[in-house]
Amino acid sequence: MKITTENIEHIARLTKLEISDKDKENFTKDMNVIIEYLEIIKELDLKDVKPTVHVLPITNVYREDVVIPSLDRELVLANAKSSGEGCFKVAKVVD
Amino acid sequence: MTGKIYENTAHALSSMIRRKEISCREAVAAILDRIAAIDKKIGAYITVCAEEAIKAADKVQKQIDEGTVTGSLAGVPIALKDNICTKDIKTTCGSKMLSDFIPPYSATAVQALENAGMIVVGKLNMDEFAMGNSTETSYFKKTRNPWNLSKVPGGSSGGSAAAVASDEIFAALGTDTGGSIRQPAAFCGVVGMKPTYGRVSRHGLVAFASSMDQIGPITKDVEDCALLMNELCGHDPKDSTSANIAVPDFNALRLQAENGLSGIKIGIPISYMGDNLPESIRAAVKRAALYLKEAGAATVDEIELPFTKYAIPAYQIISSSEASANLARYDGIKYGYSVDAYEDISELYSKNRSESFGDEVKRRILLGTYALSSGHYDIYYKKALQVRTLIKNSFEKVFTDYDAILCPVSPGNVYNIGEKANDPMSMYLDDIYTVSVNLAGLPGMSVPCGFDNVGMPTGIQLIGKYFDEGLLLKMGQAIENAQPSIKSKRSASGNAGRAGNGL
Repeated sequence: MKITTENIEHIARLTKLEISDKDKENFTKDMNVIIEYLEIIKELDLKDVKPTVHVLPITNVYREDVVIPSLDRELVLANAKSSGEGCFKVAKVVD
Repeated sequence: MTGKIYENTAHALSSMIRRKEISCREAVAAILDRIAAIDKKIGAYITVCAEEAIKAADKVQKQIDEGTVTGSLAGVPIALKDNICTKDIKTTCGSKMLSDFIPPYSATAVQALENAGMIVVGKLNMDEFAMGNSTETSYFKKTRNPWNLSKVPGGSSGGSAAAVASDEIFAALGTDTGGSIRQPAAFCGVVGMKPTYGRVSRHGLVAFASSMDQIGPITKDVEDCALLMNELCGHDPKDSTSANIAVPDFNALRLQAENGLSGIKIGIPISYMGDNLPESIRAAVKRAALYLKEAGAATVDEIELPFTKYAIPAYQIISSSEASANLARYDGIKYGYSVDAYEDISELYSKNRSESFGDEVKRRILLGTYALSSGHYDIYYKKALQVRTLIKNSFEKVFTDYDAILCPVSPGNVYNIGEKANDPMSMYLDDIYTVSVNLAGLPGMSVPCGFDNVGMPTGIQLIGKYFDEGLLLKMGQAIENAQPSIKSKRSASGNAGRAGNGL
């Protein structure tokens, strides 16, 4: 399945990446080389093979519903470019 | 015990400290001097935290003197790959995105080592967000292989392996998602262990591929590896993927090598020993087989391990898909690189990410997003998970008849810096012997086993059953014992450091 630069633009939009026109060509080329190689898994007969998402037989790990101390708020906010009133500040999301 | 303090193994240093032949402060000072002397040539460190280390040294010294910290690693300086969170110490993941990030907490693995009396002296260079196998994609610098400064140290834990190999640290932590502990350890002639998935908590490890990432030790010898495993392993309620399983005394298991390998059965996968394998690597595997037989292994047989050629496509799809999800959090808001000029929030996110991620990271995010996107999920991602089942089952089948697998770490010898930088596909293919282990979640260990024809180290890989790191350590010890020339080269190396490169 050949990827076009339009595909790259679409994927980049989905994942919030801006790719310059020059880089778009290189990325498209690279992706096609990689994806061509990945096609090899289509050779296999995978009917009746269950997918393995997780290697260990662990399911639904819970803890007691008890309030425990969390992170220090000041330390957490310290890495933010913009914060105030104990919150992270972001650009307006809704008009 | 050797002439220069920095040449010691972690266990030798700790003995010296406990016998009061040297103080914790002196040990830290010695390693800081060593770093100051040679790191401009090696480039292993991103951050050196001298002040914090000296403070910690005094604290640990007091604990040792009072008898409240008594373990075999007490007082030993350690350095950590820079994707492992350290409270109040910059943690960059080798990326511009996190170049100023200071975590508000330390990883569980770091806390465990500090509880054992180890002293963090710095953070080590790596491929950006652990994506790579040469440490060339780091935003900050390239790390050089101490054995030959024009060659790569391997990756993505290249800083960790190079620092241990050049005696810039007594032991280090790396991380392994597709081979990133085992391969740089082999390239730098040191020991590296990727534990079974779930053995070591991932709390505080910056996630790349959550179903495969593991923290593990990179050390000068097998004993140090076992001692670190004793401290690192254990269930952590803060990591819901952490295995709730007892941790044996890995050092005691390692010591059983003295009683021989009591008839264990070892397999070498035929598909891993193809015609393109360099002769020096083939010879190293054969030598290791001989050492293991001489140490009491009942048999070393050729075995079938099917689906080898499908491991890399499966790994690339799964790891890139998981990475695209894990790296979606980097938007520059709570932490990370953030621009000043933007039109709206969407552009803010795009600019923050695009201006701070390197090309390899972008490639993998794009690949992962593509594999998971509507219309492609079943073709790529679901198929890759099914291949993963086949690979897992093929190992389980081998392990019904065999106790461990012996094989190469890398399909090629150590190469020059820049040689593969423009060929990502070639680098992906270099993961052929390591990725299956991560896909299946098994433990894997890299042990030095000689040199190639230009004097660069060669390593061999041992793969074990789930949670059977004890056997791997025992086998690794047997292989190490059979190579006294490497040991005496280390202890007689004067001021040349482990790599004997005049450093």
